Amino acid sequence: MNTLVLDRRRVLAGSGALVVSFSLGHAFAQDQAAPAPSPPGSLKTSPYLDSWIRIDADGSITVFTGKVELGQGFKTAFQQVAAEELDVAFASLKVVTADTALTANEGYTAGSHSMQDSGTAIQNAAAQARELLVAEAARRFDLPADRLRTENGQVLAPDGRRAGYGELVAGDVLHVQAQATSRLKDPATFKVMGQSVPRVDISAKVTGGAAYVQDMRLPGMIHARVVRPPSYGAELVNCDSSAVEKMPGVVSVVRDGNFLAVVTEKEYQSVKAMRALSAVAKWQETARLPDQDDLFKVITGLSSQDNVIFERNDPSVVGQNTIEATYVRPYQSHGSIGPSCAVAQLDGDTMTVWTHTQGVYPDRQAIAEMLHMPPAKVRCIHVEGSGCYGHNGADDAAADAALIARALPGRPVRVQWMREQEHAWEPFGPAMVTRLKASLDREGKIADWTFEVWSNTHSMRPGGAGCMLAAQHMAQPFKVPAPKPLPLPEGGGDRNAIPIYSFPNAHVVHHFIADMPLRISAMRALGAYHNVFSIESFMDELATAAGADPVEFRLKHLDDPRGRDVIAKAAQEFGWRGDQKAAPGRGFGFAFARYKNLAAYCAIACEVEVNRETGRARLVRAVAAVDSGQVVNPDGLTNQIEGAIVQSMSWTLYESVSFDQRRITSIDWQTYPILRFSAVPDDIAVHIINRPGQPFLGSGETGQGPAAASVANAIANATGKRLRNLPLTRKRIKDAIDA
Amino acid sequence: MITLKVNGRDHQVDAEPDTPLLYVLRDDLALNAAKFGCGLGQCGACTVIVDGKAVLACVTPMVLLEGKQVTTLEGLGTTADPAPIQRAFLDEQAAQCGYCIAGMMMRAQALLMRNSSPDDDEIRSELEPHLCRCGTHMRILRAVRRAAGLMNRADLSTESGAIR
Repeated sequence: MNTLVLDRRRVLAGSGALVVSFSLGHAFAQDQAAPAPSPPGSLKTSPYLDSWIRIDADGSITVFTGKVELGQGFKTAFQQVAAEELDVAFASLKVVTADTALTANEGYTAGSHSMQDSGTAIQNAAAQARELLVAEAARRFDLPADRLRTENGQVLAPDGRRAGYGELVAGDVLHVQAQATSRLKDPATFKVMGQSVPRVDISAKVTGGAAYVQDMRLPGMIHARVVRPPSYGAELVNCDSSAVEKMPGVVSVVRDGNFLAVVTEKEYQSVKAMRALSAVAKWQETARLPDQDDLFKVITGLSSQDNVIFERNDPSVVGQNTIEATYVRPYQSHGSIGPSCAVAQLDGDTMTVWTHTQGVYPDRQAIAEMLHMPPAKVRCIHVEGSGCYGHNGADDAAADAALIARALPGRPVRVQWMREQEHAWEPFGPAMVTRLKASLDREGKIADWTFEVWSNTHSMRPGGAGCMLAAQHMAQPFKVPAPKPLPLPEGGGDRNAIPIYSFPNAHVVHHFIADMPLRISAMRALGAYHNVFSIESFMDELATAAGADPVEFRLKHLDDPRGRDVIAKAAQEFGWRGDQKAAPGRGFGFAFARYKNLAAYCAIACEVEVNRETGRARLVRAVAAVDSGQVVNPDGLTNQIEGAIVQSMSWTLYESVSFDQRRITSIDWQTYPILRFSAVPDDIAVHIINRPGQPFLGSGETGQGPAAASVANAIANATGKRLRNLPLTRKRIKDAIDA
Repeated sequence: MITLKVNGRDHQVDAEPDTPLLYVLRDDLALNAAKFGCGLGQCGACTVIVDGKAVLACVTPMVLLEGKQVTTLEGLGTTADPAPIQRAFLDEQAAQCGYCIAGMMMRAQALLMRNSSPDDDEIRSELEPHLCRCGTHMRILRAVRRAAGLMNRADLSTESGAIR
């Protein structure tokens, strides 16, 4: 709000507070008697409506979210939600994403929380803002509010009088705390929500517009490259940088303990200088990495804190036929196509960092701690990067840029990681082991179920300076904070470890491992990827033991009606039949999960072909059904599920981080191969079960686990062999066939 | 000084001769579309068209390009007036993060310039050098097929599909 608006408000509306109490009393009178529950979504932590929505005197509308666009399409979805509840045209408002100077603190954009937290906050804030505007118009028109309606950014009276939102939004009218309940629109009247509105960010991305932090070019900007140690914990014992300092364009060599970087005027000069600096840097290496070929022994051999996280007993039900199985997941890379990048500038006593972090506020706190600056003097602004799929090098690159920028006051510094740095230094998705045991009763139902998971934490996000490489490598280093298990019900290593199915006896144990032999953190779906892979593979093993059809077998154990609906939908659309038989060399697979047991539901049926000579498996087609509550943008949801299936298939068939006794050895796309076009499926179909008026359920990670298990189940169906060690490589499949 | 012809215009570039084309495009000419992905020719994010052929700009030294025609995604069309390949990617919403997309589009464009009706296997094998991490492959394939259709349509003559 500018001064002009404030003056205008005083003239027109008198005291802002009066306007507010009048408006709220009018709009929410029905809620006054009840004890005040907290408002929904992120309104709980940022309750003021104007933290989310600003309407200027000229009628222009800005929506603020503390979440970030990572390529999931949130910016567009938030704009749809706000336009719908405000009753304005989609194109008439703009969305500002996470910026510590402008937006609410919504923590990390992670865990499929964005629609649930921020989408819900924006929806309710917009509905309440609209209500306040109607109340203000009612006062001016001297009419009851229920005689008025809104349309296209205006409040209309039956007699033809009308007032634009810009005229009505005098002063601080939106600077009020949200109420617990909002009068949301009837989903049957939605004009913008539920539509596949084209994404607002794609146009720039397909025409060469500036779309990423990598594309920033600030006046006077210089380019930096970091020389990372060759292995974890290596000490820089000698580095004569005098020759490098004389190279063309070199502005500075920055060294702080084991942190080493070079800054140049032009970008490619920094690549050459980095190589030269790398050649003269002498490191003492001490790392001792575990044996990558026996991860089961490595992981289960580490000491653990053991917690029983679920227990159910019904002694009247006793099983007969008991089977056991152990599943192993390797360390896996986020593998962003664009290595991490950040721009930072120290201007006077203020540090500004442009970053593709998932959490501008936590990053600000960590960077401030690293630089010994007050957090208020650090501003972190999110700018899109390459897709991250969790905690990749983004935060580290932001810290690198800030540390280098501090050494070169006034000049914007752009740090771009190299491919091998991203691959070697990103925090990987943790290796995991699961051990399952279950018995069937006489009717072929599961009588008892035991599930144990061994895992590291799944988040070492900042969390403090010690989470960032630059701060760990400085001469006065920050210690890596002690890892903690992420609390249930969402969980980390134990995410989706508790079965959604109803078993009369169940025992679930989380073995939390504090030691982290490799640097790890959050990767899309966290532990749910492996836990769902394990549970849903084992459900098929049990179905086989029971002589039952996998889909029927799941339905027999599942009470949740929405879960049953997605299973039925996927099966029906796939053409799943109990008596089906795949063509020779092919197999069918099915899997299901509800992400975190509280977010979106997803069931996937698929067909895989396996070349018996080479062991090569290819996903031929997949059919998914998903229920993510009220759908905001069906095409955006479809895009997320398609992507989850394809990405998870790549993890599942091909991917594992490799290392020797000292160093990470998977350092590019040759040594860490992922899916290429020749292995892309023929067809993926996504069927959405919309739930109008139901809460948004995060869907960005719900496909990962079911996709993995459905592929594994299809391979088992095709070959008669069950593979339990990820990834399900050509060699492992071939060995299983030949065994 | 080297003279580079990029998107139909001559540019005098003052960079060391071994500088890969990618850095010249991004750093000297302030063009965004070609992306740094690996610097090793393994991912395709930097792909541009040189004399009608798809080229990996991250491993092509500038000195080899004198007298050749370089085209980047910016040279095909704009938001207001998109080329068929851009129109097709917009229509199919064929992006998630979109970081790999410009490179994909340039190789697809090069393919469609020499073969206006490629079959699915030809499109896949052409795109084999390109990585996408978001799993947008299904849409990318659809967009390339759609672009072929748009380029073949009478009202979008080969001229508008060709490089400007």
